[in-house]
Amino acid sequence: MTVFRVIGVAWWLQLKMRSRSAFDGLLGILYPLFFSTVVFMMFTHGGAQGPALLSAAVGASVMGVWSSTSTTASAALQQERRQGTLELLVAAPTPLPVVILPVTLSMATIGAYSLVVTLLWGRFVFGVDLAVQRPVQFVVAAVVTVVSIGVLGFLLAVSSVRYRTAWALGTALEMPVWLICGFLVPLDLLPAWTRPISWLLAPTWGIDAIRAAAEGRDTLPSLAACLGLAVAYGVIGSLLAVRLVDAARRHATLALT
Amino acid sequence: MRVIDVSDLGRTFRSRSGLRRTEKVVEAVRGISFQVERGELFGLLGPNGAGKTTTIKMLITLLLPTSGRIEVLGHDVVAKPREVRRRVGYVFGGDRGLYERLSGLDNLRYFAELYAVPAREQRARIGELLELVGLTGRERERVEGYSRGMRQRLHIARGLLHRPEVLFLDEPSIGIDPVGARELRQTVKALIEQGTTVLLTTHYMFEADELCDRIAVLAGGRIVAEGTPEQLKQKVSLGSVVEVEVFGLPGGTDERIRALPGVRSLVVEERGPAQVLLVHAEPGSELTQPVLSALDGAQVGRVSTRQPTLEDAYVELVGGA
Repeated sequence: MTVFRVIGVAWWLQLKMRSRSAFDGLLGILYPLFFSTVVFMMFTHGGAQGPALLSAAVGASVMGVWSSTSTTASAALQQERRQGTLELLVAAPTPLPVVILPVTLSMATIGAYSLVVTLLWGRFVFGVDLAVQRPVQFVVAAVVTVVSIGVLGFLLAVSSVRYRTAWALGTALEMPVWLICGFLVPLDLLPAWTRPISWLLAPTWGIDAIRAAAEGRDTLPSLAACLGLAVAYGVIGSLLAVRLVDAARRHATLALT
Repeated sequence: MRVIDVSDLGRTFRSRSGLRRTEKVVEAVRGISFQVERGELFGLLGPNGAGKTTTIKMLITLLLPTSGRIEVLGHDVVAKPREVRRRVGYVFGGDRGLYERLSGLDNLRYFAELYAVPAREQRARIGELLELVGLTGRERERVEGYSRGMRQRLHIARGLLHRPEVLFLDEPSIGIDPVGARELRQTVKALIEQGTTVLLTTHYMFEADELCDRIAVLAGGRIVAEGTPEQLKQKVSLGSVVEVEVFGLPGGTDERIRALPGVRSLVVEERGPAQVLLVHAEPGSELTQPVLSALDGAQVGRVSTRQPTLEDAYVELVGGA
């Protein structure tokens, strides 16, 4: 129970901290609207209608969750390092993975806003028909996708403990993941060799589960794959964190200098 | 009972830079040994770069030693870092180390969770600490609006949340005003009375003199002296100190003064437009006139003779290292 309590309290305080910057807040509100506007304009001008437009809306909304998490997750630990709190987090008896996970989950939670706002923007500005066949599964799939993206962010963030420049990793992966997870372009259109990479990324399965719920298909296989990958990321990240903290202690990279 | 046991501790930093990836090696700590008993306040003194912070970071498990061994409360810091982390606290000086956008209270709540302070005790413990550091009534304000003194007090409260048996204070009074520094010293004294063992690093001699039971002076990564403040003062207490203020020290003067019979050591300090010569004399030597003659017509300001202080002992020990 203590671990869940630590994660819960830390998630809440991190969320509180991240929602208090007026500038970040404004960008957080506007950014998903720009994304979704571009996507909706592309699809409507291309003649997309009905389920195709709904599929694009779902893709654009998950793009926002991923962008919000990937670009900030790695940078978050560099920020902790810069403000002198990374050493304090490592010096605490709580295992570091339990400390980092709520940081990235808080980012994914902020990203979840873009999921909702994109769908509403599509509905009221571009007239997208949000006819979701299985609303309960749709919500469950959206929550699982947000959590899995948060845990993938955790896996990226862990490397920043050891490497001061690893914050760039998230930014570098932002757009390739849009493509390779089939957020906007169907995976069938990509070269076959990219397929195994897509399968290893939880957002691929998450977005498939959300689309399946919207179209009335069975969500369980994709949902299970998404959840399974999230657990795997969590386990790998936790094991990696132990090794990387030891490496950081050996190479003195916990502090800025 | 021995609480900290450091033997033959060493730490080397290696870094690579430039196109040729030239390796730079810095030996920050070179084979130091010392012990601290339960309830003792032990001071580490030394100039910037002496290895004080590196030593503390190895003691609190943030850095791995390159050589040697450290035991804190009977646990090896390399093999059992979590056992050590549960029972020690760490406070450092300066503005960093706090979440600016959170309130002081939320900062304490966060670290109370990370240090596994039981949920039912947290509220009372945080209230008690806010009272101790004088932040009651300001705890709901964001840290970004706190003064440096308030931040430092919040740091101390954070370091004490889990009632550590050993508290590491790394230059805690840096940048705070004299009243704040005095209150800090009172807090540290109160902790010692309650049985907490404290390891303190500081640049302020009067602080070390007032607080520390024993002091180790570090210079160039080595311990150059260890003992009580009185023992350290005695190392230089025989003989007086001649202080001469000079405006524009002629070249070669320091060599001439060092060559004078009866001169034990010479330190030159820059103080604004003037240089102050601190000449430590051998017992029975009268150096005022010979030193003035050696100044070779330079413009001289204030001249005085006095007994050595802990600062003189420190300067001589560090200067001679």
